[in-house]
Amino acid sequence: MKRHLLSAADLDRDDALLVLDTAAELAQITDRAVKKLPTLRGRTVVNLFFEDSTRTRISFEAAAKRLSADVINFSAKGSSVSKGESLKDTALTLEAMGADAVVIRHSSSGAPHRLAHSGWIQGSVVNAGDGTHEHPTQSLLDAFTMRRHLAGGKGDLEGRRVTIVGDVLHSRVARSNVLLLATLGAEVTLVAPPTLLPVGVETWPCATSYDLDAHLKHTDAVMMLRVQRERMNAAFFPSEREYSRRYGLDARRMAQLPDHAIVMHPGPMNRGMEIAAEVADAPRSVIVEQVANGVSVRMAVLYLLLGGANLGDGTEA
Amino acid sequence: MSNDTYVIRHVSVLGGDPADLVLRDGVIAEVTAPGAASAEGATEIDATGLVALPGLVDLHTHLREPGREDAETVETGSRAAAAGGFTAVFAMANTDPVADTAGTVEQVWRLGHEAGLVDVQPVGAVTLGLGGRQLAELGAMATSAAQVRVFSDDGRCVHDAVIMRRALEYVKAFDGVVAQHAQEPRLTEDAQMNEGPLSGVLGLRGWPAVAEEAIVARDVLLAEHVGSRLHVCHVSTAGSVEIIRAAKARGVDVTAEVTPHHLLLTEQLVTSYDPVYKVNPPLRSEADVAALRAALADGTIDAVATDHAPHPVEDKDCEWSAAAMGMLGLETALGVVAEAMVSTGLLDWAGVADRMSVRPARIGRLDGHGRPIAAGEPANLVLLDPTAPRTVDPAALQSRSHNTPYAGRTLPVSVVATFLRGRPTVLDGAVVGGAAVRA
Repeated sequence: MKRHLLSAADLDRDDALLVLDTAAELAQITDRAVKKLPTLRGRTVVNLFFEDSTRTRISFEAAAKRLSADVINFSAKGSSVSKGESLKDTALTLEAMGADAVVIRHSSSGAPHRLAHSGWIQGSVVNAGDGTHEHPTQSLLDAFTMRRHLAGGKGDLEGRRVTIVGDVLHSRVARSNVLLLATLGAEVTLVAPPTLLPVGVETWPCATSYDLDAHLKHTDAVMMLRVQRERMNAAFFPSEREYSRRYGLDARRMAQLPDHAIVMHPGPMNRGMEIAAEVADAPRSVIVEQVANGVSVRMAVLYLLLGGANLGDGTEA
Repeated sequence: MSNDTYVIRHVSVLGGDPADLVLRDGVIAEVTAPGAASAEGATEIDATGLVALPGLVDLHTHLREPGREDAETVETGSRAAAAGGFTAVFAMANTDPVADTAGTVEQVWRLGHEAGLVDVQPVGAVTLGLGGRQLAELGAMATSAAQVRVFSDDGRCVHDAVIMRRALEYVKAFDGVVAQHAQEPRLTEDAQMNEGPLSGVLGLRGWPAVAEEAIVARDVLLAEHVGSRLHVCHVSTAGSVEIIRAAKARGVDVTAEVTPHHLLLTEQLVTSYDPVYKVNPPLRSEADVAALRAALADGTIDAVATDHAPHPVEDKDCEWSAAAMGMLGLETALGVVAEAMVSTGLLDWAGVADRMSVRPARIGRLDGHGRPIAAGEPANLVLLDPTAPRTVDPAALQSRSHNTPYAGRTLPVSVVATFLRGRPTVLDGAVVGGAAVRA
């Protein structure tokens, strides 16, 4: 593994499988009554959140705490960042406090890359979502969830067909998923109105389509992306209803999926927009499980990046 | 005044056969066979192996004064210009206050005169406050002491077609030219880099080529319609080149410039997310770079202009989207052009003189610059060493700012000396003279 996790492209197949296998081991511990391991005792993990995301922050926080790391939460709200302090000064402050790893969420694409490569800090940097760029731990938890349901919980995702639907243009989740799923051998199709596909998407390691119905019958996992209602004001689509009719997953469309297929969503959902309530709550929906898997995968990432003591020591605690 | 006479020995004029040049009383007094000029009472400079070009002229410089003296001043920018081999620079109008009145352009002109290192020729804003709505007093600026001939809202596009048309027409009264920053504003809201496969991967909002080309196309049609002169700033795309080439073939009075960085650097550098590579218009693709080089070589693009854009450290030492756009250019322009155009065989030194001195001076109606190296002509010269590579050290630059994209890069030539009206502003690569001491 590299020292930082900035992009899903930082992981080759072996790295990705190592994270997923480690996460699977850690998930067993999570199922126990005492969920804590001493592995990262004395190490400091900083959650540096320049953008609100309670879900991702508490997932990383739970992951770090279960590994006994000291956790410092640094959020832009109520901090000096809102008074105009720069990323650099914030980073230097964290460095002075001795952060071993910095988990960063930022609205600016590339901010984690900047943090990792500007010489401001020594520790590992984990990208917890940057602008419209990437969200690599989300793609790892998605792959972990798919592997459980579609590949018996081990190995890669060779030949599994994944359909990702919605606002690909603005989605860091889609970018990371395309990269990681391709590394793991899955066949990814992006489905979106043409306005919400990035220029150059034809160079990505995936297929694209404008027609959701055409793909559902041949899908093992369908992942619905959040679509902001405000996008229609910038003419990406005419109205919420039209979007929902053409690209939303409702009960009728869900019925076209093969029996074994799962429904995924990175959250938070717009029920009634990209996903109907009865689909979100259907038995084949694994959306809640994705959240639980997020903690295991983030434990594995922190564990591997910080080079904690080997896992065998920890499980004896 | 014997000290005012310089004899430059064995210099290759425009890369041709060696000659001696005698500079006296602000002019080139004599051009003689090598070793033949009388040195009595003169300062001799052995220029064996050096190339003499007419002093470079930059149509597009941001000197930041008044308003952002923390980034650059007329004086520090003049030092940078001299060090880069320039004897004249056009100072863009997007200062604070904007150079949209006779008073402000005269202030900038006077500051340049006081610095005394390079002729600082102010550019006037086209519209009041660069607001794009109401014409600035173009005539007042034209008849001021600064004698403004180039008008530009650079930094912003004159996007209203009616305002652009009127500006093109109005400046005909005093032989002015409108220099357009071609950027369709709606297509480039919050744009961060060239739009293409890479912007999609990096998750940075795209600045599509069509946003430049749509304005260039409209403006050449407007210029053709009203019979006016148009200059296109910092052309960055292959598509713009084609539009300009076709317009010139039809006889439209259009000229164009390209920056050194668009001749050498590509968008691949943005993968570092280092804002030193953030610039407007953005770095483009390999294919665009190739088209721009070819267009400069065949004259479709008339001039190299630096778009020298100093920024203080804090405006670049941050995340990409928060960073200011722009990069330094004056002190590296000649080296970059040498690498992109001369080393590649696309231009010889005479061609460089044409694109970096003769044509920009003519576009800006700057008499006394861009003249032939011949007896009786103003002694505005640069001497460069074509065999002395130079590694760019940001800390060693004359500019008050350090945001050069070429840090650590070795460029193939060095500026050895610059003369402004017979007086050295640079000797042995160091800035000399000038009225003020560097702050």
